[in-house]
Amino acid sequence: MDFQVVVLAGGVSKKLLPLVSKEIPNALLPVANRPVISYVLELLELSNLKDLIVVVEGEDAALNVGGWISAAYADRLHVEVAAVPEDVGTAGAIRAIAHHLTAKDILVVSGDLVSDVPLGAVAATHRRHDAVVTAMLCSAPVSGPSESGSSGGKDKTKKPGRYNLIGLDPTQQFLLHIATGAEVEKDLRVQKSILRAAGEIEIRADLMDAHLYAFKRSILQEVLDQKGTFHSLKHDVLPYLVRSQLKSEALLNGVAQVEENGTEKIIAQSNQQMLSQILANASERTFHQRYALSPNGTSFRKTHKCCVYIAGSNRYCARLNSIQAYSDINRDVIGEANHLSGYSFSAQNNIIHPSAELGAKTTVGPHCMLGEGSQMGDKCSVKRSVIGRHCRIGANVKVVNSIVMNHVTIGDGCSIQGSVICSNVQLQERAVLKDCQVGAGFVVAAGSECKGEVLAKK
Amino acid sequence: MDPSRRAPRSAIDPVPKFRQVGFFTPGAPPERSQSGPPDPTHSTPVSDVSQSANSLSPVMIPPPRHLSDNLVIHARPTLASPLRADSLAGGGVSSFGDFFPAPMSPATPASSSYSSRMAAGEGSFFERHGGGGDKGNNAGKVASSFPRGGFDLTAMKKVSGIGGGGGGGSGVGVPASELTTVSVVNDSLAIHEKEKANRGGGSAVEVKDQSTGSKQQKPKTTKAERRALQESQRAAKAAAKAEGNKASGAATSVNAKPAKAAKPTPKVDNAAVAASEKKGGDCPPEKDRKKDVPQPRMQYDDKSRVEKAKRRAVVKQTEARNRVELFRHLPQYEHGSQLPDLESKFFHLDPVHPAVYKVGLQYLSGDICGANARCIAMFQAFQEAIKDYRVPPEKTLVRDLTAKIGSYVSFLNECRPISISMGNAIRFLKSRIAKLPLTLSESEAKVSLQSDIERFISEKIVLANKVIVKHAVTKIRDGDVLLTYGSSSAVEMILLHAHELGKQFRVVVVDSRPKLRGQLLLRRLLEKGLSCEYTHINAVSYIMHEVTRVFLGASSVLSNGTVFSRVGTACVAMVAHAFRVPVIVCCEAYKFHERVQLDSICSNELGDPDIISNVRGREDVKYLDGWANVENLQLLNLIYDATPSDYVSMIVTDYGMVPPTSVPVIVREYGREQVWI
Repeated sequence: MDFQVVVLAGGVSKKLLPLVSKEIPNALLPVANRPVISYVLELLELSNLKDLIVVVEGEDAALNVGGWISAAYADRLHVEVAAVPEDVGTAGAIRAIAHHLTAKDILVVSGDLVSDVPLGAVAATHRRHDAVVTAMLCSAPVSGPSESGSSGGKDKTKKPGRYNLIGLDPTQQFLLHIATGAEVEKDLRVQKSILRAAGEIEIRADLMDAHLYAFKRSILQEVLDQKGTFHSLKHDVLPYLVRSQLKSEALLNGVAQVEENGTEKIIAQSNQQMLSQILANASERTFHQRYALSPNGTSFRKTHKCCVYIAGSNRYCARLNSIQAYSDINRDVIGEANHLSGYSFSAQNNIIHPSAELGAKTTVGPHCMLGEGSQMGDKCSVKRSVIGRHCRIGANVKVVNSIVMNHVTIGDGCSIQGSVICSNVQLQERAVLKDCQVGAGFVVAAGSECKGEVLAKK
Repeated sequence: MDPSRRAPRSAIDPVPKFRQVGFFTPGAPPERSQSGPPDPTHSTPVSDVSQSANSLSPVMIPPPRHLSDNLVIHARPTLASPLRADSLAGGGVSSFGDFFPAPMSPATPASSSYSSRMAAGEGSFFERHGGGGDKGNNAGKVASSFPRGGFDLTAMKKVSGIGGGGGGGSGVGVPASELTTVSVVNDSLAIHEKEKANRGGGSAVEVKDQSTGSKQQKPKTTKAERRALQESQRAAKAAAKAEGNKASGAATSVNAKPAKAAKPTPKVDNAAVAASEKKGGDCPPEKDRKKDVPQPRMQYDDKSRVEKAKRRAVVKQTEARNRVELFRHLPQYEHGSQLPDLESKFFHLDPVHPAVYKVGLQYLSGDICGANARCIAMFQAFQEAIKDYRVPPEKTLVRDLTAKIGSYVSFLNECRPISISMGNAIRFLKSRIAKLPLTLSESEAKVSLQSDIERFISEKIVLANKVIVKHAVTKIRDGDVLLTYGSSSAVEMILLHAHELGKQFRVVVVDSRPKLRGQLLLRRLLEKGLSCEYTHINAVSYIMHEVTRVFLGASSVLSNGTVFSRVGTACVAMVAHAFRVPVIVCCEAYKFHERVQLDSICSNELGDPDIISNVRGREDVKYLDGWANVENLQLLNLIYDATPSDYVSMIVTDYGMVPPTSVPVIVREYGREQVWI
């Protein structure tokens, strides 16, 4: 279908420290005991997209990611991994691999996306409107523990985060305005020309840009070439395209070509004009077309379309770009959105690997996951948590709303709530952790009590 | 048009052909005049000769066996059009030389008739019989050298034949005198020429031989000859295809000549010619048509077949519930589920070309509607698809591409049932593919197909619209009040053009729910400064009082004059008829179809019933919410209706303004050409 897929897997994000490291870059962070990038790859595979370019920041990270992908998807996908220097941003990443891009359109997916939105629908919307860019929007995630959490988030106010301010046209097909990042907090500035052309603009704060874009390749490359300062697709390129949609700056190669062809013969030109008119009159004009014809109807203004695909409310869509999001996604993948995990759940609505050993009177509640070869002592209780492989958990341990990665040793009588514990961590007896993140290989001393701290090796 | 392929038929029944030809005789002279002009000086002799020739012809008829055998190939290319002759100079002369024999013929009792056919610039064929045994023998070789025009080979063969060569030899020196004889020949044959000319090709065929001669010759064909004939026919076919592609007559003529020349027996030639003339292009198209006859439409109330069709379908089709009883045989799906489903399959549909897929999506989502726009969009998508097409190994382009296009069409058909005009267009494309000469390379074939599509769009749609505008504008006078219904591209152009010409008139745009396409038209008309009135179809009887003309567009015009168009058209036309307001239907000829339809039930399209249950712009009005679950409620959203020809005063097409009763004539006369283009 003439689409190329670029997966931006990122590198080692500062936002996710101390969970990530050179050995475990963003892309390999386990979500329900699977690296997060596998969710994207699976989604792509499901959509029959088997030729991918995965861009990773940093050589080491690239090696790790590449190694994992080649092991896991050897016969299923054709993946090329490209390493780019750190801190080039998403725009820089695309620039770096620009010479590999040849297809008419490019699908850019963030590697930390966990979603089940049909990619084909995004691509189809893009094609149908012949858009320059199509962004996928999903409803902004409700952060904080889910409603079902009885102990955890009762007192917390659950308000949807404001991720983006998004302006849509009345048909909800076109993107008229987008404010991202820091701009969200500033005053809202809407371009008058766009507002006038569209007639009506709907500003929504409950939508989130999922960082899944379909770009027209020629346009994207042109923009990246011309605007050397652009650093990020989301914060620079997309807003730029949206801003300039009614005064497209010689971006539309397609139109230019048509004109060239037309000049060959005047008759051909008039025919061409008539043809395009018949086609244009066939449907209701979008405001772009209306605007393109200036009032006297003679001169044409160049416009391009920025479309959106709004994921249905029954679709799951989240990005793993913060520690909060990490625990949310983990919880959702084994909870509400468990079809994403790819595991089959037991009658108790949890997953306990057959090789895991449970002590006497130990209970594992619903929405839990217990990895391969893990051992648990007596009288433990696990609720809404993910426990990785080969963990050794002593007796009388409570794990609630937490993520415990692989090879973690937990002493007797520990209590863990709302925390993330990385691989190879050692928790000595009677340690109490609440809302903590413990970096890889850290040793928590016996009897220590932590609340809302980041514990990591210096 | 290749006469060669009709040859066998003609042989079977030569007489009737001649009769037909005879009918056309009056027309013949013009053609002759064309041939005459090159040498005006000879005109007088010509007339004389012609008489003599006429008298001679009976004498010449019985050609001696031996001669014909020897001559095996008599066919000689001659230049029909003077221009041609001039351009070729020497070649032209040689052709005249052929005729030398004619005068001679009296001297030589055994005059072999040879027929030469020429596809001249206009694609005309001349068959001439000259009997000049003596000359032929002598000058044959010379002649062979002569035909430089590009038919050397053919000429060579002829040379072995009779007088043609001789003519060539002397031709240069004494062409004028000889010419006269030629003209004579033409006279007798003129009839044929004329007929050909009438057919629009401007081709002329002369048949000198009479039935008796042909009969005699028949038995003589030897095995070798038959084979030669077969081969020549094949070659002719290929050549004809090439002709079709090339507009220039010269090329054609060159191509055609060899084929003809190759023909072994004169009788066959004659017969073939006769056949071709008589039946004209009718026969082969008839065949094609038979092939093209659509299988009986799928009846959607036949459950087992619907199940089968569904399994094949790309687009998920959920049968709508609560369908109106009378229209159960038409497909009706739950429209809501189709688009998202098709979209999500975007990357799974490898066999469908992206451009085609895009068009399908646009059909499904209603981004493109209107017969012309849909047809153009489809053809442009096919153009893209053909550009990217590669012949898979061990397959032939003709077959594989036809299948490919077929699969695209069925995909588009699932997105939205294709209209009659699109069916015509598809038929055109398929016939072009089928007629591609095997000798063309892949890239050439693709280029030729793309240019065919280009030409179809520009000639049959764009140009046709321009012609329609030109005709229809003459029907608008100052002070007129014109009523139109819906949004027709042709009508819109007419109105705008009339406005540009400065005519003073008013437009009434009648519209109807649910599409409200009239509003789009209205907006564009207002932008151009026309004075308009806008009303819904409910008020049509009121507004009709002041209307002086009704202009309507059409999706298709059927051969009984029935106009198949957007639902509501029939109503408008009927009201107009009742008020004695002339109803003018504007429709390009490519939308004409030979089908006959008396009602709008048996063949129609059902739209999304939800659209009529909702009120646009008022999402809060949902009185019919959940209607699908109400057992005793059925919604009907019909797309087309049929306007009986009684209500139509005139149809404006690219072939002029005709009454509805003349539609079959256009279908018959130009339908064929449409396939041939």
